[in-house]
Amino acid sequence: MLKGWVIVFASFAYIGFLFAIAYYADRRADQGRSLISTPYVYALSLGVYATAWTFYGSVGRAASDGVGFLPIYIGPTLMMMLWWFVVRKMIRISKINRITSLADFVASRYGKSALLGGLVTVIAVVGILPYISLQLKAISTSFQILLQYPEIVMPQKIGAVSIVNDTAFYIAIFLALFTIAFGTRQLDVAERHEGMVAAIAFESLVKLIAFVAVGTFVTFGMFNGPGDIFGQAMARPELAALATPFGAAAGNYVSWIWLTILSMLAIVFLPRQFQIAVIENVDEKHLNKAVWLFPLYMFAINLFVLPIAFGGLLHFQGGNVNADTFVLTLPMSQRQEWLALLVFIGGLSAATGMVIVETIALSTMVCNDLVMPPLLRFTRARFMPHEALSNLLLDIRRAAIMAILMLGYFYYLLAGEAYALVSIGLISFAAVAQFAPTVIGGLYWRNATRAGALAGLSLGFLIWGYTLMMPAFVQSGWASIALIEQGPFGIELLKPLQLFGLKGLDQTTHAMIWSMLGNVGAFVLVSLLSRQSASERIQATLFVDVLSQTGERTGFWRGTASAASLQTLLGRFLGPLRAAELFDGYARANGAASADELDADARLVHFAEIQLAGAIGASSARAMVSSVVDEEPLRVDEVMAIIDEASQAIAHNQELEEKRAELEAATTELRNANERLQELDRLKDDFISTVTHELRTPLTSIRAFSEILHDNPTLDVDERSRFLGILVKESERLTRLINQVLDLAKLESGAAEWQNVTLDLREIIDDASNTVSQLFKARDVQLEINLPSESVMVVADRDRLMQVMLNLLSNSVKFCDAGHGQVVVSLTLQPGSVQINVCDNGIGIAKEDQELIFEKFRQVGNSLTEKPPGTGLGLAICRQIVGHFGGRLWVVSERSRGATFSFSLPIKTMVAERC
Amino acid sequence: MLTRVLIADDEPAIAMSLEFLLRNEGYETQIAQDGEEALRMAKKFLPDLIVLDLMLPRLSGLAVCLALRADAAHKHLKVLMLTARGGAADLARGEAAGVDAYQVKPFGTQDLLAQVRALLAAKGGSDVR
Repeated sequence: MLKGWVIVFASFAYIGFLFAIAYYADRRADQGRSLISTPYVYALSLGVYATAWTFYGSVGRAASDGVGFLPIYIGPTLMMMLWWFVVRKMIRISKINRITSLADFVASRYGKSALLGGLVTVIAVVGILPYISLQLKAISTSFQILLQYPEIVMPQKIGAVSIVNDTAFYIAIFLALFTIAFGTRQLDVAERHEGMVAAIAFESLVKLIAFVAVGTFVTFGMFNGPGDIFGQAMARPELAALATPFGAAAGNYVSWIWLTILSMLAIVFLPRQFQIAVIENVDEKHLNKAVWLFPLYMFAINLFVLPIAFGGLLHFQGGNVNADTFVLTLPMSQRQEWLALLVFIGGLSAATGMVIVETIALSTMVCNDLVMPPLLRFTRARFMPHEALSNLLLDIRRAAIMAILMLGYFYYLLAGEAYALVSIGLISFAAVAQFAPTVIGGLYWRNATRAGALAGLSLGFLIWGYTLMMPAFVQSGWASIALIEQGPFGIELLKPLQLFGLKGLDQTTHAMIWSMLGNVGAFVLVSLLSRQSASERIQATLFVDVLSQTGERTGFWRGTASAASLQTLLGRFLGPLRAAELFDGYARANGAASADELDADARLVHFAEIQLAGAIGASSARAMVSSVVDEEPLRVDEVMAIIDEASQAIAHNQELEEKRAELEAATTELRNANERLQELDRLKDDFISTVTHELRTPLTSIRAFSEILHDNPTLDVDERSRFLGILVKESERLTRLINQVLDLAKLESGAAEWQNVTLDLREIIDDASNTVSQLFKARDVQLEINLPSESVMVVADRDRLMQVMLNLLSNSVKFCDAGHGQVVVSLTLQPGSVQINVCDNGIGIAKEDQELIFEKFRQVGNSLTEKPPGTGLGLAICRQIVGHFGGRLWVVSERSRGATFSFSLPIKTMVAERC
Repeated sequence: MLTRVLIADDEPAIAMSLEFLLRNEGYETQIAQDGEEALRMAKKFLPDLIVLDLMLPRLSGLAVCLALRADAAHKHLKVLMLTARGGAADLARGEAAGVDAYQVKPFGTQDLLAQVRALLAAKGGSDVR
């Protein structure tokens, strides 16, 4: 039995524990030993994306739309791929300019425009209200259901009880107080909220554990594993339809694409995501790990959505249990009170995490970009002493937090009943998506103007309100349904859900298409038509080029100021102590003994403004600083000159970079060339070593026999003449070898002389065969010459061509059997070339040796019979020569089936030469 | 019994010169033209000394030497390696394979014969003279 006080006590205990974590993390941060400076905490804190919507609503969506819940999680996963480019740039900009919120970011980019900052704030607050109401609805529903344990009773309709008796109202109040305690404890509002981030990361773990626990319980406790659940579900056609992507239930691919895009934008532009991902980021390097850790988290928390949804549908068949509550009601139906309590705490985690970060982010915007600018401009607030001012700032934020949650509660009252959790959330997603063109355009498009941003945001926001927000009110019965069904004043084209006749799309997709079209269109068009002011121009350059800038940027300012008045100004917002600390630090860093000696130059003014921006936002900081300095406004042309200078510096940088790359390329080339040289050197060494070896062989015989003849004068005549014969043969061999080595060296180095003439190939072949005819006769090998009747004209060096023919012929006769050897020489005419074939019926060449024989000193002989006489250079030389004529030399052969050596030569226009 | 010398060289002219020189000294000789043949003939011929060319076809002189050294039948065999290179690395490898002495081509005939005599004397075999 779960009594009300147990649930309340558990909730408070849990939240007390969160406080402890936050307190501890803040203390660690003060000691300079940050608890959150790890990519794991960064990734977990990004998990604030998963709210009560994910925790309860995904199952609800899956129960009605099947896998249609997935795009909301696919989008962020895809966005992670762009994280390094887009979000890193935003982080860098925010760090340099001490940006405090998304509104501040937009205002700062477009010339520190207070108007734009205010507009972004309004859109954010109005857009996020449904989302906050969703959390209230989820907590109050789950609380009421749990209260009835073990009975499963759906809570009463919203508005059925008076506010005084409404749980949701007290939850809203409680969350507001809690957030105030959480987020506005620090006086220095500019610092990051390390304690909050640590608590949020912890909450991400809790909701994951709770959800996985339910999933495991349902899958393995109530059913026999996922196979069982899906098996039972597939047996029922209405459930089977849910598991099909793009099926009737899950929505068509158009809405899949738009939902994916929508959630890609939401993961960056939801105020809480911007807060966690950009403002609270400790180190850009954390992005490296987060880009795969966060998708992993998304995967884990979605793993059990379908099993729970199917489990619920199967278990509560035909019952009136709302699918949004399956996560809670399934364990309750099995009397698992502790698991149910854990689920409630998990849901509370998801909801509180969202509410805390979201309202802190929104209250910062409201304070810095909505309330402060007019307050500072039109009241005497700026002359207040530090303590009063600082209290004023905190009070504004506290009031903003309370107001936002109350507004969220009223939205819940007005429109909460009409939609399921997921649909409420999508309205907010579509609202923050309106920031995308302005922010992303501002990051990459230098010429995007303030007017363009104002126009785009306004139009997008209007269309969003007309097509999404208003129908939500209408469906809750707060306006005439005729507005939707017939269009305003009966104008069909203006029907909010079928604007200009666009039909057949779901509500979110329809709204996204029109609002994005209007937003981007107005943004681009007005930007093109309008001109940037001087300060816009400066900020645009600072933002777009942030990644190529090095060091601090100053210099866009000219005027006179006193350091003391700047310090006093800072003191009022940051506290005199902190201001003195900052100025002393600045003085030391710039080589001055103390703050009193500082010149109020452009850099100091810039420094003071940036510090101030951290507390009150860029546009207010600008206004405050200009109130204490006599500023000479810069003209646009002057700004252009400064920017040109800056661009030149950047261009110069790029030039250096290019030079460096060139140098690197040259170095690599040189290294490669050196390696090639070394390789050539090695080959040369090998060659010399082989040549030496080849020369030593005949020399050895010559020396040995010379000494034998010398030492043995009494040798008989026969033996003497045999030895002398060997001497002659080996001397010839030595001579031939030396000649061929020199010949090859000449060919390879290109030093050979060529006397190319046009000649008839047939003559050469005839000459060559006449020359070797003696050799053929001696070995009793037949030589057959098959030549065409017409002349075949080629351009070649006569002697060299002769050399090739003689070599091939003597090679062929060498490998033929004496007696029945046969060698055939033939010509094959081909288009543009002629092929000369020398075909023998000798011992042939094994496949693996066929390329080898063209290498230097690679003879392939039959060592069982006799080593072929020769130098092992002939074919290498022939290949060089044929190559020089523009032809090719190769062999076709099989072992013991003879060999055909062929080479090709380009023909000198045959027709012309034929006559 | 005559002292036996096996000549293993694939160059017919060199093998012929070695045959003449060694027979002239009174040794009994046989000629092998490649590494495998050298091993086969060594088994039957049981030489006291082998004049072994380093660059033999089929099986290199080094491999032949290693195989011979691994065979107990050739316990007392002396190995004189002929090499056309004679680099330090070759010598070291030869040493490791169990080569007793080297002659670098082109060798002097008297040097070679003196070396052969010295090797056979060290072996303590019968003096053929």
